[in-house]
Amino acid sequence: MAGSYYVPEQSSLPIAATIAASIMMLGAGTWVVDLNAGNVYSNGSTIFAVGLAAVLAVMWFWFSTVIKEHQAGMNSAQLQKSYVWGMGWFIFSEVMFFAAFFGALFYVRTFSVPWLAGEGDKGVTNMLWTGFENTWPLMQTPAQALAESTGVITADHVKGPDQVIPWSGLPLINTLLLLSSSVTVHFAHVGLKNGNDKAMTRWLGATIILGFVFVGFQAEEYVLAYTQLGLTLESGVYGATFFMLTGFHGLHVCIGAIMLSIMWLRHRRGHFKPHDHFGFEAASWYWHFVDVVWVGLFLFVYIL
Amino acid sequence: MSAVIDNHTHDHHGPKKGFMRWILTTNHKDIGAMYLWFSFAMFFVGGAFALVIRSELFQPGLQMVEPEFFNQMTTMHGLIMVFGAVMPAFVGLANWLIPVMIGAPDMALPRLNNWSFWLLPFSFAILLSSLFMEGGGANYGWTFYAPLSTTYAPPSVTFFIFAMHLMGVSSIMGSINIIATIFNMRAPGMTLMKMPMFVWSWLITSYLLVAVIPVLAGVITMMLMDINFGTSFFDAAGGGDPVLFQHVFWFFGHPEVYIMILPAFGIVSHIIPAFARKTLFGYSSMVYATSSIAFLSFIVWAHHMFTVGIPLVGELFFMYATMLIAVPTGVKVFNWVTTMFRGSMTFETPMLFAIAFVVLFTIGGFSGLMLAVAPADFQYHDTYFVVAHFHYVLVPGAIFAIFAAMYYWLPKMTGNMYPEWLGKLHFWLSFVGMNLTFFPMHFIGLAGMPRRIPDYNMQFADFNMVASVGAFAFGITQLIFLAVVVITIRGGKKAEAKSWEGADGLEWSLPSPAPYHSFSTPPEVK
Repeated sequence: MAGSYYVPEQSSLPIAATIAASIMMLGAGTWVVDLNAGNVYSNGSTIFAVGLAAVLAVMWFWFSTVIKEHQAGMNSAQLQKSYVWGMGWFIFSEVMFFAAFFGALFYVRTFSVPWLAGEGDKGVTNMLWTGFENTWPLMQTPAQALAESTGVITADHVKGPDQVIPWSGLPLINTLLLLSSSVTVHFAHVGLKNGNDKAMTRWLGATIILGFVFVGFQAEEYVLAYTQLGLTLESGVYGATFFMLTGFHGLHVCIGAIMLSIMWLRHRRGHFKPHDHFGFEAASWYWHFVDVVWVGLFLFVYIL
Repeated sequence: MSAVIDNHTHDHHGPKKGFMRWILTTNHKDIGAMYLWFSFAMFFVGGAFALVIRSELFQPGLQMVEPEFFNQMTTMHGLIMVFGAVMPAFVGLANWLIPVMIGAPDMALPRLNNWSFWLLPFSFAILLSSLFMEGGGANYGWTFYAPLSTTYAPPSVTFFIFAMHLMGVSSIMGSINIIATIFNMRAPGMTLMKMPMFVWSWLITSYLLVAVIPVLAGVITMMLMDINFGTSFFDAAGGGDPVLFQHVFWFFGHPEVYIMILPAFGIVSHIIPAFARKTLFGYSSMVYATSSIAFLSFIVWAHHMFTVGIPLVGELFFMYATMLIAVPTGVKVFNWVTTMFRGSMTFETPMLFAIAFVVLFTIGGFSGLMLAVAPADFQYHDTYFVVAHFHYVLVPGAIFAIFAAMYYWLPKMTGNMYPEWLGKLHFWLSFVGMNLTFFPMHFIGLAGMPRRIPDYNMQFADFNMVASVGAFAFGITQLIFLAVVVITIRGGKKAEAKSWEGADGLEWSLPSPAPYHSFSTPPEVK
């Protein structure tokens, strides 16, 4: 194995990725700032779209380079282990990203809302928000409670949602969909390891369909929330935590489903062998991670 | 893809010619050097901002800048020094040194490595450009507490957030790369407990980075939503809480502090044994102490928030947990001192910086212990005492360690010895300038001078004047270091493979300068 670790000579991929990501971020910044300032002549969205397209293009070329190198036999067992470490810790970093939002949810529910309602150690804050009561989901915001009990309307008046999303409807269906998709992707993996191409194709296909159906239902739930339940990003901290957690999760489901779709196409092209298919394995790890996050969401955002 | 097929010939290539070498490179030494130069440039930019602050504070009253601009200077100074100077310098050293210390051909993921670097200049260009935007640049302190950074922030805050996201991507990718390198690329025979201390300290630092940078990404995303999309994470009117910002920020922020000091511990653990001509005292206790500090860093964050109004139980828990950190840190200081005990010491520039590190970092550690006492912190909080404390751990801590590392490994990097007298001059002027700047801040802080305010009471005038003089002396002194680096790159006495008599480690088995591709065949470690 000595001297066999492949170090690419030079590469234009990273600098392209940097420029693309910077254009995307500049576009996003311009877009958001102009949106907030009411500037209708903004070209931020165009810049963002160009940047995003460039990012996707670079990703395409980068991954295809890695795949071609692998097919050319340049990736030693040791190099492949680097990819394994890389993917594993990338997923861990994603876990920590979600941990920030879960942490915010727990903090709000355990500390800030009870304190604002006059309970607990720092309950004295309630004197600023007379009439506010501790409920979760937070239907009546402190600003609303203050307005109702004293007639004072604060500058940042925030209205709570009209209704809560019951966990037993779409969320339960979505839980079943996503949990079974974790099983199907495992079946696909078993099929691949046993050299059963058909099983791989079918089970992976099923996983992808389950994933996209999940995203569809999630979209329907959002439409419902906005049009009928009065639950929006702007309806107090319940809406904020709800949409940020489910939104980022939904985004990750989309990314995972796209990854699996590409793996499905790669499988059809015969890229994977029973003992050599880390691309697929990495995508399936990601999928299981997305699934575990959903279980946390279902428990703490919807049920409890 | 023909360019990537020749996997057997590349070992014999030198670097490519021309400017594109630096843009397209996948070589860990090129990338490490770029990190170091970038960090040095940012050090001067952030230093210039610090001198604007010190100019304004030279005398009481407002004379140099508007208070709004003063706020932008304190904010930008902090952000640039933390994310632009100290962190990239350590990552640069990691890039340059870890592969040669563990006997690897390069970093585990070389292209990702290049990406991690090049994201930085772009993100800092965005961050610095915010100074010229409508409403001014970031002015909410480097800790960007809500609601200063949300409700009352200038519009440029959105660009600040996206710039921070890019920096975060760079840090996460960089640290994943380091973890993969250390676990996967060690030469045969190099077990974990045979790894050099610098490698150990970076392994632990990488874990901290992978764990907390995503949390930073989370908190700035919440800011983005609060500012632009009407959420109420940090707004009590909607049931949120500005204190939530501080909790999430410091959950990132406190490990971040250790991200900036653990690699320094590693560096000093190389240099003191080399110039005391003894092996490091208590190697395994060093490893365990570093791990303990890293673990504790996750459960002490609210000691930054003693006065914000947290429950008494919280104050007590975070006070005691914070004090616990003194134990593993004490182990390390003890080990460094014991390494020197009865050693045959010489005092070349790296050793001078390393000894100054031990002494002055310990002063910063002790003032940290004072700040950890919750009831006392109510007096110290947000005063210049805090400024003195963290500058004592960051300037003679992190930055002196970086200087020490540069002097120590510069012969290996350039193949030439630096001019020793110039190095010593740099050290002594830095040492005096730094203490002149920050030591008086202890006194004015204890006397009650608040930080981040452009004007102050007459009673603080003398010490502030001393601090400003010291700051300019320290700042100008750094040009000497620039001269040292340039002179050493261009020539000087040729360095031997083992540039220091007491140096130990695989990097000294390579010729100086180290060949472009270091260990194409892994060495055997016994």
